[in-house]
Parts: sequence; C-alpha cells; structure tokens
Amino acid sequence: MATEEMEQLVRREYKDGFVTDIESDTLPPGLDENTIAFISNKKGEPEWMLEWRLDAYRQWLKMEAPSWAHLDYPPIDYQSISYFSAPKRPEDRPQSLDEVDPKLLETYEKLGIPLHERAALAGVAVDAVFDSVSVATTFKKQLGEAGVIFCSISEAIRDYPELIKQYLGTVVPQNDNYFAALNSAVFTDGSFVFVPEGVTCPMELSTYFRINAANTGQFERTLIICESRAQVSYLEGCTAPMRDENQLHAAVVELVALDDAYIKYSTVQNWYPGDENGVGGIYNFVTKRGDCRGDRSRISWTQVETGSAITWKYPSCVLRGKDSIGEFYSVAVTNGRQQADTGTKMIHIGEGTRSYIVAKGISAGRSDQSYRGLVKIGPRAKGARNFTQCDSLLIGDKSGAHTFPYQEIGNSTATIEHEATTSKIGEDQLFYCQSRGISEEDAVSMIVNGFCKDVFQELPMEFAVEAEALLNVTLEGAVG
Amino acid sequence: MLQVNDLHVTVEGNEILKGLTLTINAGEVHAIMGPNGAGKSTLSAVIAGKDGYEVTQGTVTFEGKDVLEMEIEERAQAGLLLGFQYPVEIPGVKNIYLLKAALNAQRVARGEGEMPAPEFMKLVKEKLGYMKMDASFLQRAVNEGFSGGEKKRNEILQMLVLQPKLAMLDEIDSGLDIDAMKVVADGVNSLRAQDRAILLVTHYQRLLDYIVPDKVHVLVDGRIVKSGDAELAKQLEANGYEGIEESVA
Repeated sequence: MATEEMEQLVRREYKDGFVTDIESDTLPPGLDENTIAFISNKKGEPEWMLEWRLDAYRQWLKMEAPSWAHLDYPPIDYQSISYFSAPKRPEDRPQSLDEVDPKLLETYEKLGIPLHERAALAGVAVDAVFDSVSVATTFKKQLGEAGVIFCSISEAIRDYPELIKQYLGTVVPQNDNYFAALNSAVFTDGSFVFVPEGVTCPMELSTYFRINAANTGQFERTLIICESRAQVSYLEGCTAPMRDENQLHAAVVELVALDDAYIKYSTVQNWYPGDENGVGGIYNFVTKRGDCRGDRSRISWTQVETGSAITWKYPSCVLRGKDSIGEFYSVAVTNGRQQADTGTKMIHIGEGTRSYIVAKGISAGRSDQSYRGLVKIGPRAKGARNFTQCDSLLIGDKSGAHTFPYQEIGNSTATIEHEATTSKIGEDQLFYCQSRGISEEDAVSMIVNGFCKDVFQELPMEFAVEAEALLNVTLEGAVG
Repeated sequence: MLQVNDLHVTVEGNEILKGLTLTINAGEVHAIMGPNGAGKSTLSAVIAGKDGYEVTQGTVTFEGKDVLEMEIEERAQAGLLLGFQYPVEIPGVKNIYLLKAALNAQRVARGEGEMPAPEFMKLVKEKLGYMKMDASFLQRAVNEGFSGGEKKRNEILQMLVLQPKLAMLDEIDSGLDIDAMKVVADGVNSLRAQDRAILLVTHYQRLLDYIVPDKVHVLVDGRIVKSGDAELAKQLEANGYEGIEESVA
C-alpha cells in the first residue's frame, strides 16, 4: 500500500466538509414562473430561452416524482428550496485566476485541488463552477485556436444561440422525466463544449462542480457536441461542503456524437453523503444521456460514485447511428446510510450497434444499492450486440445489493450476454492479507480496488489515482 | 522461540485442542502429524489469529510476547507467518502488489522503512528463480486461476520474500505431484537457518522425506500424544496412527 493511500485512510471524517463564506446573491425559497423569469433575467438570457424554461416548468407541474426506484426518502418540498445563488460581482467576472476571489482558490486548496497548479501541470482546461456561476476559465486561448468552444452554458446561450437552439433538449427533452423537467425550468449553469468537425480536443476538459450555499438546489445543465470525426474527453469531479439540510441536485447532461465522433465522459462524484445517521446528505437525481447520432460514433461513460445520501442516476446511450458504440463503466460505493439506485440504459436503434456495460457495486455499513440496467434492441438494430457484467460486493452483514436487469429485444439477430455476481468481501481474503502483515483497512482497500480494477483502468490516469484514494476514504471504518 | 502451553481451543462449541503443549526453538524444524480432525490445522490457525477459534485455556508466547493478545497483522509483523493449505483468490490484485504491500507493512512496523523498488524487484526475481516460477506470476491476480501446485509454490514464494522467524506451513504438500513437491521442499529447505524455525503440519510422511524435521509430534484428539525425531514419522508410515494411539493407550 502506498504511503499516500495510508495517509488518506487516517482521515476519518468527510474531509471536504467546510464552508466558504463568499456572500451569496440568493433568491428566497420558492418556485413559480417569477422565479424562472428572475433566473433567466439574471443570466441575461434572450426571450426564447425564457419561453423554453417556462414551457418545461408548465410540463413539470403536471408530472409526478418517480417512485419506481429502490430508494427511501421523504417527499421533497420544492417550495422550500432556493433556486438561485451566485457569488457577488456577477458582472465583474474575473478574466484570469489572479482575479479570482482568493477565498475560492483557498477552497480548492483545501480540497486538494490546487486549480492553477493542477491545470498547468496536467494540461487540463478547468471551467470551475462555484455555486451556480462559473468564476474561472483557463486555457481558453489554446482551445480557441483548435476551434473548440468550452464555456459555461450561460455564456453559450448568449454567444452561440444557434448551437443551443439546434441541440439543447434534443437528447433529454424538457418533459423526459420529472427531474429533467425541473432542471430545464430552473437550471442555472453548467458547461458547454463544442468540438468542430475533424478536431481532436487538444486537452482533457475538466470541470469541478461544487455545491455551497445552504439549502440551495443546484441544477447544472451540460451540453457536449462532437461533430463528425471530432473527439473529446471530459472529466467531471464533484465535492461539497458539510451541511445539515438535504440539498437537492438535479443535473442534466446531454452528449451528441455525429459520424465517427468519440466522446468520453468520466465522473468522480464525492458529494456529502450525510452523517452516520444519514442526516444532511445530498440528493442526487441526475439525467445523463448520450446520443450516438452519427454512424460509427462512440460514447463512453465512466463513473465512480462514492458520495450523496441518495443517488438516482442512469447514464445512457441512444445508439442511433449505424455501427455506433455505447459504453458504461461504473463503480458505485455506498457506506453508512447511503442509498443508490444507478445503472444505465443502452437503446439500440441502428444496425450493428454495440454496447458494453461493466458495473461494480460495493455496499458497506447499512447502505443499500441497486443496479438497474436496460438493454433495448429495436426492430431495425440488426446484428446488435450487448455485453453486460455487473458485480456486487458486500462488506459487513447490514448492507444490501440488488440487481434489476431489463432486456427488451425486438430483433432476433441481436446477441445479448449478461453476467452477474454478488459476493461478500471474504473473511478469508481479509485474513489472508492480514496474516501477511497488512492492516485490516489496507486489506479492505486492496481487495476493493482489485474488484474495481476493470473500471478504474477506463479512467484517465490522474482520475484513476483520485478514484482509488476516494474509495479508501469512503470505506474507512467499513469493517470491524 | 514459540511456547504453546496447555492450549485449549473451541470452535463453535466443540473443543478441538485439549491441552496442547509445544516448544519450538530457533533453528529447528518441527512436524506435526496426525489423523484428520485431530486439530492440526487448528493449531496453526490459532497461532496466526484466525477468527472463530476461541481459546478457553492456556497460553501462546512468541519470543516472550503474548501472541493471543496481538492483532493478526501484528503477529505477521513480529515474524509469524502462515502458509495456507487453501490460499484464497483475490481478483484484480496483482501478486507483486500483495508481496510488496506485505513486505513494506512488515518493514514499516519494524521501523525499517519501505524497501526501495529496485531492491525489491531484485529480491523477488531471485526468489522466483528458487521456486521455478515465471515472472508472469507477478502480474497475475493473487492465486486467481492458479493450479493447486502454483498456489502452493506461491505460498512458499511469499515465505522466501517475507523471511519470517517462524514459518508455519499447513498441509503444504497436499495436492502436489512429486515434481512440484520437490520444488516446494527445496524452497522450504532454503528457509532453514539458525535464527529461524519451521513448523510443518502434514498428514503424510512423504513430505518429510524431502524436508527432514528435527522433531516430530503426533497429534491425536487435540493433544500431542507422542514426540520424537524423524524416525517417528517413518514408524507412523509403517504402523498408521492407530498403532500410535494403541501404544499410548
């Protein structure tokens, strides 16, 4: 075991729990059409965008929150949530890191994410979302030279309205589901990426989201478009400060890949999971979907989910283009009182489409976790293929793991393979490692990291290291 | 080095060891033999600290320290190492990684600091050669898909790298063909040293043709009923355990 990992293990409490006191320009709790007009106005949006939001809101009012997930939480009072919170000085946005509020930079330091160093060292362009407004963007120039647009969605709505009109809501429609409709109505920020035809994005794009203001729902909207033969790798990582009230998070991520395009979207999610009694954690209801619109296009989701009190999340691929490929690699870890219902949907529409699913679930403490996966093969998807492997690992005897695989096969030429295992972290494995002199916690982390290896190797290098460390922190005290 | 005194051990309410006494000195090789169910594996498991074994009476001390009070990993760090009869598989964890983690955990606990990587690789390659193992073993997941013989060789490889003061080998010969047994025995013999003791637990005498013990103990029904030198093992082979039981009775 590397020393760094040992040190990580020593830190017992949620280590990202602190609050930065940057004054917020916060809307009082409540949601009606005025709230939406306020947000739209704050963002300086054109009229058509406000109409789009209001349209979503009116549809949301007629919808009901889904109840099919294997999750248990009290009803959410949407009127008790504040829908806008932005750091002061929104007009006066910093042009470089030097101009960024030092408090914010300090926050990143505490998180172990020294933004400038990290961005420079790793060659990563960082679009940092702090609360609801982007406050730092780097490497714009280099990206600009390549023709890549990487900015906040608010900027994109102002500066690239034609692209937004063409693509926004085309993968996840406003009325797709309850949380997506809510997001469409009230989203405040998020990222926009556009990679033009034939361009391989010269660097990995990275965004750190952070929920900060108390009792403020955060509704990001992310839209990534790769034109023909374009490629991009996008990294999303999240942490949140310790809070005593449940915070609602309902993001929407839309990916569009045209002919021969490749989008790789990696997530490490470490939001506050609540205390040992489950109080105060983040509710995370996310709609992530990729549209392989072009022939031979490929979309790959890799996620490491360790945080949140409740996770409801199914990154999916719509395989429309001929011979397009969808991939989903996932590690979900729950401990304490966390609940997660996560998985993926692979919708095969085009001929020769292929999908590949590797899902690893680890449940410890009194947590409960479900894998829910749909593989749907349409009538025109001749020769479509899917491989699914989902493995669950239980730690201790109070945790739960469930698997809900759904298959809808509308085509006799399809090939579907499904493998599933559930195992308990073996007393024998632990004893074996310990009897070689390795401590119990290091042994657990070694065994769990081994279990997750297939997925970790899909992550970009620096993310893989972070993910392993995160796993260790999450599982502290899980045994014994 | 190791003193076991009047050890009584219960597993799920059944008394398995019923007053076992044993002294092992540095430099000695001891063999514990006995029929199935006599408690042979229980002894090494209790010394290593496996869960589910309740010591109701007696003591185990290693270099003057109370072993039963130590955590599992502390026992290994102190120099007690168990070679398993059925080594477990750990998917996704490379053999080399386990070896390195174990060696460094032991070194750090002893205040020696971690071994530099080049030195570690040199050590491991040398020991691999001893065990006639290919370097590709190191990149494979711990015991995953290993044949019975490969698993046993891997156990001895760990012993050679970790250099314990007392190596306990539980049925290390089971399931081995004669060639594999020779390799394993050579590995064990290379461990023999003035400052090291070896405890072999075995059902069959044939292992002892290759690893000649200094002391042989016959364990029957939770007690050592007879001790002697290597000759005793040969008598057992000729007369069986029943002969011993009768002579004791």
